Amino acid sequence: MNLVESLERQLEPNPNIPDLRPGDTVRVHARIIEGDRERVQVFQGTVIRIRRGGAGASFTVRRIASHGIGVERTFPFYSPRIEKVEVTRRAKVRRAKLYYLRERRGKAARLKEKR
Amino acid sequence: MTQIFNERGEAIPVTVIEAGPCWVTQVKTPERDGYSAVQLGFEEIKPKRLTRGQLGHLGLLEEDEKHPRRRKLPKPVPPLRYLREFRVKPEDAPEEGEMVTVEVFEVGDRVDVVGTSKGRGFAGTIKRHGFKRQPKTHGQSDRERAPGSIGATTTPGRVLKGTRMAGRMGGRRVTVQNLEVVLVDPERNLLAVKGAVPGPRGGLVMVKQARKQRQVGRESA
Repeated sequence: MNLVESLERQLEPNPNIPDLRPGDTVRVHARIIEGDRERVQVFQGTVIRIRRGGAGASFTVRRIASHGIGVERTFPFYSPRIEKVEVTRRAKVRRAKLYYLRERRGKAARLKEKR
Repeated sequence: MTQIFNERGEAIPVTVIEAGPCWVTQVKTPERDGYSAVQLGFEEIKPKRLTRGQLGHLGLLEEDEKHPRRRKLPKPVPPLRYLREFRVKPEDAPEEGEMVTVEVFEVGDRVDVVGTSKGRGFAGTIKRHGFKRQPKTHGQSDRERAPGSIGATTTPGRVLKGTRMAGRMGGRRVTVQNLEVVLVDPERNLLAVKGAVPGPRGGLVMVKQARKQRQVGRESA
């Protein structure tokens, strides 16, 4: 076991993040610090990527903002700034990274729900 | 390298260093050696990995009739793989044989880290000196990574000394100054410093108190 691993072993992923899968529709409640004020911002979208591996693990959520502009945000699993993650829907997907959604818009970018 | 989140939730990039335990294997004094330093040894290994000369220096050989004046340290040290010298003021010098652990550092301290940079072999001017590439198109061929002109013509009729050219890169001693200590783990002798450190993973580095401490600013509320 190398040194980095032995240090990472003692870190705990943020307990407020449930098990996520690519294709999940999630609401991420992230704490935002503006100057000395703190507030919670909700980011809702589809998980298109999960990166595993130690303290750098993260997941990326994509949503379509106003005027059809795609917005992606990446959240670290170990970040203490994530208040809560709700999974609202799980979709059936056939790959681990859903980058193909970036080229699709509207109806073509839908995912089938998993029962 | 990895990352650690601080209490504000910011991700801090850190390098994890196994620091110690080290033993003081020799103290150099101005009277005897002309300068003042301590020699620290790191990484315990099997005695058979060391030469007799090294074992003798560490005070690990027994005296006998032929060698009645073998070196003895006031406190015994284990066989050690690496020996490195650190300059210290004579009054700060510890005793020979003493153990030095990560506890000499505290979170928030500033340190300089010295290591041997990764060897890049014979590298061109672009990698080695940050030269620009030449055009790929407009009739160019085979010149993309060429260094360009290395000097004028008959006057001076030679290439100036110090002109930056291709050659061996890396594998040199490099010091990174003023890194912040982010974490100290005495249990596993681990040190985490903010930022990168010279050399490959698993390479040997020296960690010293920073030479150019930034003036710690006024205290704010």
